[in-house]
Amino acid sequence: MPEATFLDATELVINMGPQHPSTHGVLRVILKLDGEKVNGTECVIGYLHRGVEKIGENRTYQQFAPYVDRMDYVAAVSNGLGYCLAVEKLLNVEAPPRAQAVRVILTELNRIASHLLWLGTHALDIGAITPVFYCLREREEVLKIFENYCGARLTTHAFRIGGLLYETYDGFEEEVRKFCDWFIPKVDEYEELLTNNRIWVGRLKGVGILSADECKEYGVTGPVLRAAGVQWDLRKAQPYSGYEQYEFDIPTGENGDTYDRYTVRMEEMRQSTRIVRQAVERIPTGPIMGKVPKVVKPPVGEAYVSIEAPKGELGYFIVSDNSTQPYRLRVRPPSFVNLQALDCMVRGGLVADVVAIIGTLDIVLGEVDR
Amino acid sequence: MIANLFRKVFLVDLFQGLWVTFRNQDPKRIYTEQYPAERPKVGERYRGAPRLNINPDNGETLCISCNLCALACPENLIVVTSQRNEQTKRKDLTTFTYDTSRCMFCGLCEDACPVDALELTQDFELASYTREGAIWDRQMLEEGPKPTQYKC
Repeated sequence: MPEATFLDATELVINMGPQHPSTHGVLRVILKLDGEKVNGTECVIGYLHRGVEKIGENRTYQQFAPYVDRMDYVAAVSNGLGYCLAVEKLLNVEAPPRAQAVRVILTELNRIASHLLWLGTHALDIGAITPVFYCLREREEVLKIFENYCGARLTTHAFRIGGLLYETYDGFEEEVRKFCDWFIPKVDEYEELLTNNRIWVGRLKGVGILSADECKEYGVTGPVLRAAGVQWDLRKAQPYSGYEQYEFDIPTGENGDTYDRYTVRMEEMRQSTRIVRQAVERIPTGPIMGKVPKVVKPPVGEAYVSIEAPKGELGYFIVSDNSTQPYRLRVRPPSFVNLQALDCMVRGGLVADVVAIIGTLDIVLGEVDR
Repeated sequence: MIANLFRKVFLVDLFQGLWVTFRNQDPKRIYTEQYPAERPKVGERYRGAPRLNINPDNGETLCISCNLCALACPENLIVVTSQRNEQTKRKDLTTFTYDTSRCMFCGLCEDACPVDALELTQDFELASYTREGAIWDRQMLEEGPKPTQYKC
């Protein structure tokens, strides 16, 4: 809780959230205002705290896998991939090539779905209501692929430790290819709606600037960092799950403002489609499950694996004491770290821009609070 | 410069966006499902309501009371009790309860089942007026939910 301070006669303290729809969940921001100007902010988090890390200590390695989907529920597949890779590193096994290719396809589709939801809600916050309908329509197609593949749309539990449980269904490749062809014109459509729109540009250009140095100080990752001009993507920097085989570019911005973050994410959707196209053309045949014992009992040790989730660097740190349950499990969620930069971005701006900046950070409160 | 002024005066970018919205007015592009009347077709592998399968030939349950599903469940919501049959030297299933209110439909129980007795089906309407109604007993699991069908 913030300490009580004597306010200037002109200063006004306002609570934004936790029920405010533009805080994307249950984030409470205490705004100190001087008229329309924001003099300072304070985030109050923890409304959605479920103690996921503690739950992890009381579940077996396989049993914990469905819980990670519930942290960043917009990108559940990415969460599952990070967790499975961490346990696989502890066990010193690797998923077979076929499983890796399918994993790449699903995580990239999930990145598209996550960015689509971000674009829709971000535009909605700023006042453009049309994109949200179109974005959810396209996201529906991705969710249908997930549903047909693993039986759930949102909290997928798609991957298992050591590979995959489900073989791809008949017509999986066909459906994914169809989606890729269908999707690219849709991105152009969003760009037509927003990119040159006078109101959109006016609301975003020069708002919430976060320079590359500030990003590094705060540990901000993902599209927010790339928009500041830093070419940092874990898929290129330390490839996992066979990402080194695929050709793609890392889009970067120049100014690190909200508009750059928008363009970076739009380009990322195109690049993801490119990766999916390449991956679906060369899914190798073979087994989908590596050599993992029925009872997962990793040797004593610790492992940290980080992946490039749609929102930034998602890391899992697991300490094993050679039992069926992790001794300690720690998650490094991208949204939580990115949220720290909010004060730096908002300070000195206008109160109307707070909504735009929270939207552009692309936070999911399930992941912030865990 | 002049092109920019032209765009500014005649609101070109605004009309560009409006043209996109206009194109999407096409009735062929309707995506909304009229839910209770028009029921969605869920995927073949959909993980919905649990079902305890019975042998269609003799109506006996397929469950062998091995308790593996209860052990696999992260939420410990399955309770299996059994009685030892002295004649066949096997365990007979007596009760099987499944608390759908705590279930997160992860599918670990159906993966664990060695005889494909427990299955997550395509039924997705699990609402109940009471909390007790969400705890399914063996009979409910074998029959499955019976949602009201609406027609328009």
